[in-house]
Amino acid sequence: MNYVFQFGFVWREFDLLLAGAWLTIKLSAGAMFFGLIVGIACAQAKNSRWPALRALVQGYVEAIRNTPFLVQLLLIYLGLPSLGIRFLPAEAALIAMIVNVGAYATEIVRAGIESVPRQHIEAGRALGLKPWQIFRFIVLIPALRAVFPALGSQFILVMLASSVVSVISAEELTAVTDMIVARNFRSFEFYLVATGMYLVMSFGFQAIFALIDRRFFAPWSKQA
Amino acid sequence: MIREFTFGEFWYLLLATRWTIVLAVVAFAGGGAVGLVIALMRVSSARPLQLVSMGYIKVFQGTPLLMQLYLTYFGANMFGLQVEPWSAAALAYTLYASAFLGEIWRGSIQAIPRGQWEGARAVALRYPQQLRFVILPQALRIATPPTAGFLVQLLKGTSLASIIGFVELTRAAQVVNNATFRPFTVYALVAAIYFSLCWPLSRLADRLERKLGRDRLAPATRKPQLAQVAIVQGQV
Repeated sequence: MNYVFQFGFVWREFDLLLAGAWLTIKLSAGAMFFGLIVGIACAQAKNSRWPALRALVQGYVEAIRNTPFLVQLLLIYLGLPSLGIRFLPAEAALIAMIVNVGAYATEIVRAGIESVPRQHIEAGRALGLKPWQIFRFIVLIPALRAVFPALGSQFILVMLASSVVSVISAEELTAVTDMIVARNFRSFEFYLVATGMYLVMSFGFQAIFALIDRRFFAPWSKQA
Repeated sequence: MIREFTFGEFWYLLLATRWTIVLAVVAFAGGGAVGLVIALMRVSSARPLQLVSMGYIKVFQGTPLLMQLYLTYFGANMFGLQVEPWSAAALAYTLYASAFLGEIWRGSIQAIPRGQWEGARAVALRYPQQLRFVILPQALRIATPPTAGFLVQLLKGTSLASIIGFVELTRAAQVVNNATFRPFTVYALVAAIYFSLCWPLSRLADRLERKLGRDRLAPATRKPQLAQVAIVQGQV
């Protein structure tokens, strides 16, 4: 092996990498936030009275879960313009991520809603709460508390999957790394450092979520 | 010169699907072999073995698959091996699959009650025999649904091999799209092909999971697994 590692290059470009990592976090957080809203709406729709709506949501969830994220992204970024819908790379990336997370979040939220005991809802009704109050205070909030760990893992998976959006050059960590590598050909060093940064982000968020869960949510799930 | 999207193009995509399947099968076989070793290291009583396998799993589960592919591809070239995309992809997916399968199987082995180990020891079986005749056959049943679920993840994950230039289904779609410039048709069709591969497997995984849930796991033991659903159902 006659390759000389030159990590000096990496430190010179480290600011760019950090900016990329920050966009990765912002993209993932945005996708998770809006994806969770999609997930809550779809989980509700899955319990709806109209079979057509239930089938539609089911179709959406199955379609997303059984096709690669990369193909979903390319379909949105390259496919939709031929129908007259155009996005900038960062917009297409965020939309693809929201659509993708929404499907997974639907399943997670639904599991949480199912974990709410029926008696709680009946108790709410007996107390004269309005349907939206029952949904908000008795169903949704305890359900989200119960599935907080699953949502946390989901966030980390989204963050890791977000590296794929570099193929449409959406300037997050992987795309920034690609760009630097194209300039100085130090591919191994840069990809190694970028991988390390992803690893630090996953471990960091895992630790933060575990802390939040222990501090705020675990006492609640024990009560239930 | 823009070509029409004809049956020829469709056939080209179908032929490329073979490579998606071959890559997933190779990675599953290789990853299964390595993954079993990882799982056994993880449940062994030797502390260093536990730590090594735990670190291995955490690194692979904590980094993007795309980065693992890049590092294998550029890393192998750096060591002076002129690897073409196929061998780099086969190696990277094998390592990736071994970490996830190792973790799934570790969980399955540890779900076997301690009494089974003690019983096996009580009838004077040695450690390999305890595993071979008592623990692994029972763990296999628990492991099957998440393993089928992971196979879906692996099939979807092979689409990333297109980025390092391995011609499988997604790469073939790019080739066809460059010639015909019908992106919506091409990618919708490709999504449909992936769906037809993955959906039956997902259904199988769900069915096995429910059957297993009915057969042996009490509701109480199922609840903590909620958090792990997301880990197994990665979304590459």
